[in-house]
Amino acid sequence: MNRSVRKYFSIFLLPTFLAFILGFVIPFITGLYLSFCKFTTVRDAKFIGLSNYIKMFSDNTFLHSLWYTSLFTVFAVVTINVIAFSIALLLTRNIKGTNIFRTVFFMPNLIGGIVLGYIWQLIFNGILLYFDKTLTFSASYGFFGLLILLNWQQIGYMMIIYIAGISNIPPDVIEAAKIDGATNFQILKKVTIPMVMPSVTISVFLTLTNSFKLFDQNLALTAGEPSGKSEMLALNIYNTFYGRAGFEGVGQAKAVIFFIIVALVALLQLYFTRRKEVQA
Amino acid sequence: MSEKRHKGRFLTIFFSVICVLYVLPIVVILINSFKKKAYISKDPFSIPSEKTFIGFENYVNGIEKTQFLSSLFWSVFITVGSVVLIILCTSMCAWYIVRSDSKFCRVLYYVFVFSMIVPFQMVMFTLSKTADTLSLSTPWGIILVYLGFGAGLAVFMFSGFVKSVPVEIEEAAMIDGCSPIKTYFSIVFPILKPTCISVAILETMWIFNDYLLPYLVLDIRKYKTVPIAIQYLKGGYGSIDMGAMMAMLVLSIIPIIIFYLSLQKYIIKGVAAGAVKG
Repeated sequence: MNRSVRKYFSIFLLPTFLAFILGFVIPFITGLYLSFCKFTTVRDAKFIGLSNYIKMFSDNTFLHSLWYTSLFTVFAVVTINVIAFSIALLLTRNIKGTNIFRTVFFMPNLIGGIVLGYIWQLIFNGILLYFDKTLTFSASYGFFGLLILLNWQQIGYMMIIYIAGISNIPPDVIEAAKIDGATNFQILKKVTIPMVMPSVTISVFLTLTNSFKLFDQNLALTAGEPSGKSEMLALNIYNTFYGRAGFEGVGQAKAVIFFIIVALVALLQLYFTRRKEVQA
Repeated sequence: MSEKRHKGRFLTIFFSVICVLYVLPIVVILINSFKKKAYISKDPFSIPSEKTFIGFENYVNGIEKTQFLSSLFWSVFITVGSVVLIILCTSMCAWYIVRSDSKFCRVLYYVFVFSMIVPFQMVMFTLSKTADTLSLSTPWGIILVYLGFGAGLAVFMFSGFVKSVPVEIEEAAMIDGCSPIKTYFSIVFPILKPTCISVAILETMWIFNDYLLPYLVLDIRKYKTVPIAIQYLKGGYGSIDMGAMMAMLVLSIIPIIIFYLSLQKYIIKGVAAGAVKG
């Protein structure tokens, strides 16, 4: 079987393979190389060693956005997952209207980041009007604004994942716990949560990487105002690349570090939550 | 028992209130899209009065300014084209990887998985330059870029499913004289349908709403997508025509809501299934 399939390499594998080489492998490798170069286009690249990386760490905006992004990610992962899990718990109890509630909660997820950003910009500025302020008055407004926005967008998605996890728990496990006299809280802590750990793994992974890589929502809601103080990493990299002439190399070096951080955090998280997964 | 029913009713009321609050932001945008632009930022939470009501003028104005209809067309064109191509090519690729089981394919599979966690900023500059060099800055070209950059997730999901399909059926078909191509399309592809739906939904949500990739890859003087058109309204120096903005936000949400409500069952199931596999 293997051998007869292998003859059809060019039909089955080649189209995706070529597109993948062009759309990912080549850009990734040249990107890695360019982070050690000074350049404005790919052709005029000159190798300059580590100096882009050295410049990057003396750039205060980068360190600020790294801190801002990390703090935001922690807040976002915790709030989104706790709220989504609580809603999922309540919506798996056969209450009336469950389907409508699910539909409504999931809906914002389909709206794109740019559109979401402008929707919430109007809402927040409208509320802050009563206090004579705007969203770009301070970076913490942008922070909590973005946090509410992201919660609104992603709670529904994570809720669906948790609902799938909770309904996969065999009912007899919970029945057995009840017969043994476990309280509701004990069942939640000792049965439900361990049994939905696969859902926790995937939800935390998605919220973690989504919030860390957030770009569109950040651009539309505050665009980094006031003066770059609400700028997250992805936007900071973009502005270094396209907003400051001569800093393309530094932008690429920042992107490499960004990639390494995302990869490390994601792998560590997968490792730690996977370890907590149990079998029924 | 009556206490339980009581609790259920309380939860229903509680969630109904939350749901109303949940859709409120969209309702506010809808209301404001019918107001004169000078009144939108000043007082966004009031119902339009005779003085502030403007009818569909914001819509007419916004559609003209952003060429919204052509943007919507290109958005739909790019999304449908990319998703169809991704489903067809990556499912074949994933099947080949799993069934041929060569060393090269095993390595390739890990490169695909690896590509999923690479943030777009890492490749944005070099990818847009590569696309430019190969003259892929058109809506047709960008479909190939999406196949390349979106392949990781799709191959990963399809491979996961193919591994759970028993190989005996395919072997029987091939012994009976079916070529691998015929075997694939008459036996394997129909079995993959649930995964196809999951992949299609995830990729549609991504590509339709994507802003940065088309902004950097497309020749935006000629072709804009919906997110690019919306961002374009912001213009230089932070000045926004709020009237046109509200109207365009409403117009960009409407197709999504129609799409969602008509395919809701598949979307929610697809997302849940996709997550469990991952």
